[in-house]
Amino acid sequence: MKTYDIVIIGGGPAGLAAAVSARKQGEESIVILERDKELGGILNQCIHNGFGLHTFQEELTGPEYAARFMKQVEELGIEYRLNTMVVEISSDKVVTAMSRRDGMYQIRAKALILAMGCRERARGALNIPGYRPAGIYSAGTAQRLVNKEGFMPGRKVVILGSGDIGLIMARRMTLEGAEVKVVAELMPYSGGLKRNIVQCLDDYDIPLKLSHTVIDIKGKERVEGIVLAEVDETNRPIPGTEEFYECDTLLLSVGLIPENELSAQMGIALSNVTSGPVVDESLETNLDGVFACGNVLHVHDLVDFVSEEAATAGKNAACYVKNERMKSGISIPIKAENGVRYTVPSRIDPERMEEKQIVRFRVGKVYKNCRICAFLDGEQIISRKRPVVAPGEMEQVILKKEWFEQPPECTDGSGHELIIRIEE
Amino acid sequence: MERKELICIGCPMGCPVTVEMNGENVVSVTGNTCPRGERYARKEVTDPTRIVTSTVKVRGGAELLVPVKTKEDIPKGKIFECMKALTGVEVSAPIGIGDVIISDVAGTGVDIVATKEVRSVGKAD
Repeated sequence: MKTYDIVIIGGGPAGLAAAVSARKQGEESIVILERDKELGGILNQCIHNGFGLHTFQEELTGPEYAARFMKQVEELGIEYRLNTMVVEISSDKVVTAMSRRDGMYQIRAKALILAMGCRERARGALNIPGYRPAGIYSAGTAQRLVNKEGFMPGRKVVILGSGDIGLIMARRMTLEGAEVKVVAELMPYSGGLKRNIVQCLDDYDIPLKLSHTVIDIKGKERVEGIVLAEVDETNRPIPGTEEFYECDTLLLSVGLIPENELSAQMGIALSNVTSGPVVDESLETNLDGVFACGNVLHVHDLVDFVSEEAATAGKNAACYVKNERMKSGISIPIKAENGVRYTVPSRIDPERMEEKQIVRFRVGKVYKNCRICAFLDGEQIISRKRPVVAPGEMEQVILKKEWFEQPPECTDGSGHELIIRIEE
Repeated sequence: MERKELICIGCPMGCPVTVEMNGENVVSVTGNTCPRGERYARKEVTDPTRIVTSTVKVRGGAELLVPVKTKEDIPKGKIFECMKALTGVEVSAPIGIGDVIISDVAGTGVDIVATKEVRSVGKAD
């Protein structure tokens, strides 16, 4: 069985950035396993612009952003295998993969980086009544059809869910000549970035109906229309608010789920909130030498942050292989409270943390004129004013290592308390 | 004095920006958290522009389509004209990132360029 120091599962933005970072740490033996026929992952179908401002200080399209990292992978001579599906990973890091060319085979990894990304929540998860006519697509599937395969899924479109892919597809379908009648969102706020509401909906006079959902799909062979209704605070449709929209296509942009079947199977602890692995400051999971990054860890809004996070995972995996990683001493759990739904990482080791440790999270609802606060052993260490925070936009705090050098009443790890919360 | 409330699309932060106008003239821009916000706001109330992205068909390539964009932002009012100019366009592989697909699209003075490399399908493949 062939052994690699680092095996990276997934050749999307996370896998690529992790590989580049590990190689730059001097790591020679790396392989990326990718199930698609090309590297770059979902960026290949995200042909719109808006990527890379953070990483490259310029605005790129998805394929251009991916190409920057692919070029580095090529230049650094990092090995990758395309059309390769990983079917199982054992807890002692033996990866079972298969491809048409090589059949089924196993490779052993000293360290593993999970970078499998996420997938879309489908109609089945929503319990919308009606038949199963043609014309119902997840927004990402429609994006692939339009941008990669050259098919238009339909001409009269309703979009359920205001996630970024749905908003982007509202514009894309409009540009290709479709009539996008409405974007309906169950929640009283949008799930996407504000800039996408402006440049994808407002620019084209596409209405966004908040607190609305699809309660019926008409049509047997092909979608003929949908019924939209307003919902109350408990998300129940309000009788009398039903409205019929004639359409031949319904796109669903109703959430992304980290793809962690392989992780669960190998015994990695997953978070109930993110559906991604529970990780520490090094982005290491509960299994020694297994790291996670990108959308498999938690769903991001921005690929720039995926790349940054993946670079951390790549660096730490390389240090792990070289045995240069400090042994973990105390590990302080981060408590997400009052509006903070989760944090990544969810625990930090003050010895091993970065000088400036980024902790990312999402909030549970919209808060206006609030403060993002952090407390270490009861002492307030961060209080940052924010005019508005929303579930659709990931937030972050930066913890400085110096704050942990002499934590008040430092005794043992279990005694410490680190809290991140929203204060109104 | 007229006030316009905008959301900056210069980056994903989406800062709420207020522009005060006196007729056609911008008097003040507030709420932006970086210089890009001010630039965007001034432009948005006088001459709004956007980058347009789409795809065109590829002949003899490893892919059916190549994604393209306007190299710079073009006037908002020209977006559909730009899309029309892209209809029916076919290019031959190989294509490199930045290759000009259409020059001076819809009289904007801006080129349409490819945003992805598409290899040609040779016998070696």
